[in-house]
Amino acid sequence: MMRLKLPILVLLLTLAIPATAEDPFIIVASTTSTENSGLFAHILPLFEKKTHIQVRVIAAGTGQAIRLATSGDADVLLVHHLASEKAFVKEGHGVKRHDLMYNNFVIVGPKSNPASITMGNSAATAFTHIANTKMPFVSRGDDSGTHKKELGIWQVAGIDPRNASGSWYREAGAGMGAVLNTAAVMNAYTLSDRGTWLAFANRGDLMILNAGSSKLLNPYGVILVNQNRHPHVKAELGQKFIDWLIGPDGQKAIASFTINGEQAFFPADKKSP
Amino acid sequence: MDRNEAKSILPLEFRQVSFEAGGKRLIKDLSFRLEVGARTIVIGPNGAGKSLFLRLCHSLIAPSSGKIIWHGAHGYDPAPFQAMVFQRPVMLRRSVAANIGYALSLRKVPRRERPERIEEALRMTGLNRLANYSARVLSFGEQQKLALARAWVLRPQVLFLDEPTASLDPAATHDVEELINTIHQAGTRIVMTTHDLEQARRLADELLFLHRGRLLEKSAATAFFTKPENDLAQKFIAGDLLWWKRGEDNRKQISEGTTK
Amino acid sequence: MNDFSSALLAALALVLQLDSDLAEIVFLSLKVSLVAVSGAALIGMPLGAALALFRFPGRASIVVFINALMGLPPVVVGLAVYLALSRAGPLGVFGLLFTPTAMIIAQLILVTPIIAALTRQVIDDLWREYEEQFCSLGAGPGQRIMALLWDGRFSLMTAILAGFGRASAEVGAVMIVGGNIDHVTRVMTTAIALEVSKGDLALALGLGIILITLSLVVNGASFLISETARRNHG
Repeated sequence: MMRLKLPILVLLLTLAIPATAEDPFIIVASTTSTENSGLFAHILPLFEKKTHIQVRVIAAGTGQAIRLATSGDADVLLVHHLASEKAFVKEGHGVKRHDLMYNNFVIVGPKSNPASITMGNSAATAFTHIANTKMPFVSRGDDSGTHKKELGIWQVAGIDPRNASGSWYREAGAGMGAVLNTAAVMNAYTLSDRGTWLAFANRGDLMILNAGSSKLLNPYGVILVNQNRHPHVKAELGQKFIDWLIGPDGQKAIASFTINGEQAFFPADKKSP
Repeated sequence: MDRNEAKSILPLEFRQVSFEAGGKRLIKDLSFRLEVGARTIVIGPNGAGKSLFLRLCHSLIAPSSGKIIWHGAHGYDPAPFQAMVFQRPVMLRRSVAANIGYALSLRKVPRRERPERIEEALRMTGLNRLANYSARVLSFGEQQKLALARAWVLRPQVLFLDEPTASLDPAATHDVEELINTIHQAGTRIVMTTHDLEQARRLADELLFLHRGRLLEKSAATAFFTKPENDLAQKFIAGDLLWWKRGEDNRKQISEGTTK
Repeated sequence: MNDFSSALLAALALVLQLDSDLAEIVFLSLKVSLVAVSGAALIGMPLGAALALFRFPGRASIVVFINALMGLPPVVVGLAVYLALSRAGPLGVFGLLFTPTAMIIAQLILVTPIIAALTRQVIDDLWREYEEQFCSLGAGPGQRIMALLWDGRFSLMTAILAGFGRASAEVGAVMIVGGNIDHVTRVMTTAIALEVSKGDLALALGLGIILITLSLVVNGASFLISETARRNHG
């Protein structure tokens, strides 16, 4: 038996040794848009280089990210749904919400544009066109920030798309990227945040059909998880990260991030709510 | 654990032993005594219960009713003083020497004593030059010799052999019979089944004749072969098949024969 | 076809560039899966052997239960481990969520039933052959298990490879409990899922090709080793 055990033991030992000595780290629960667009890959090295604090990003939908932070599994929450963020702070899970950055949502659809959406439409009008023509629309359906935004627009338009669920209204229950993949195959309309859309490679026949409406503003906030609720939260390190993000260095880093030459996120200023 | 360290576990006694499986009585009210002594050969036609009988002796199976008593073993387990060799040798996937060593390790023979005893067993069976070969690549005859070496190295007081040469060619059979005699001369009680009458003639000091789960005759070899007491045994020696014809009146006669 | 050829090119480019990020991901994938499978083997093989050798009340139910666990959806395992390791969960104090250790635990749970069930089958067959000989030699329960596992080693290799296959191909559980954190818990499968969600299907398929190649190498190597050994040992 020794011949069998020894190699396994050696294997276990070598594999159990961590590859590198560990820097202090924080866990940031965030949205897929910030990760998939490549924003974090652009700004985090700058922060890590300066502070030697490693930032570990869990990219999930806003809803799931908030649940993660609520159960104390993250130190910092970075998402994009203002109402949920305010509720998170109000319920005592978060310390304070800081404006971080914004961009906007875009309505994308097939170049042929059978629902005849124009850039001049309000978001609600555009959605009404889609509903009236019964053109396929892919919804995130995953309780994410984008999903909540989309439901808000339907509400303004006075349409309950869930009545059409399964016909032209298709709830994917998936992340932004997966939904864009689905929409590209179905030649369907969908709502996307600009960051993910810009970085998305498999566009097929899809293009931006509406983006200008102020209803499509997409503000991101950052919140430190409350140490009073979860004593293990690395409040000091988390606050350092937040301070850097909303300070001049972080804001400059965000502004300098481009995808194919286009700026993807805009630093928070007076314009954002 | 050497046989020299303890007094003999024999005699072995069966009291009204029966064994049932699947609702069928395969061994029926078998009573006998195995005394200290020489080589006992168990014969009988197929289905007589020879293998079951050996397994009952060696405690591989337990009787459904009746008692099996090792009279010599007072207050200790007789199992370590026995060994068994099966018709098909079961060798572990390791070397010839390691197979013998494994048996010694199971009997808690001190590590330092093992090499010498393995060497001795290999020499006796003529397997020295194969010591480091994998046991599974040996020929059938060589594997059976190894099985004998593995049994003998335990220095058993009683060695049970279940048709040990049934699958062997004449040359290998000869070697195995010689080994059995050597082991016997070294002081081990031999109990062996066979369906080969010539082999029984060559090896037996005492014969047990089994038929349909019953012990029909137990006698010294010379007496058995010259003048068996049971008429079925007589027919068996003569080579007459024992057919039980359905519906015949003399059912008892057919299954038990008559003893003069 | 265009997607496939660009996927092959992407895979080739990744390998030829000796991309350090890729190397890190591959190494972590192997590390997590190998540790999980080793642990699963240490638990599953004696468990499977014991189920083959011993008759005890409730044994049949355990066998059925373990066989059923083989089909456990990884996402369910991931969720269960997540809930257990979450700060709000019973094991939250250890802070293991979103670490490779959490991924190893999830894969261990996925793989152990496979190895246990396949081991039970292998040892069951072997035991039929060895039973009388072992009883005759007087081998105790522990000695029987050890000897049978050792003698069944070539067949058990298949059980371990099946476990390794499940572990290395699995994405649902490691995504949930690992979080797919870059440089920390990103493995081949979660990296593929990420590239798919970015719409970079060629890169995703390229990573998939590398994963398949790795799997082929591991399986091929163990096949060669066990075949050679089988020939030498009979």
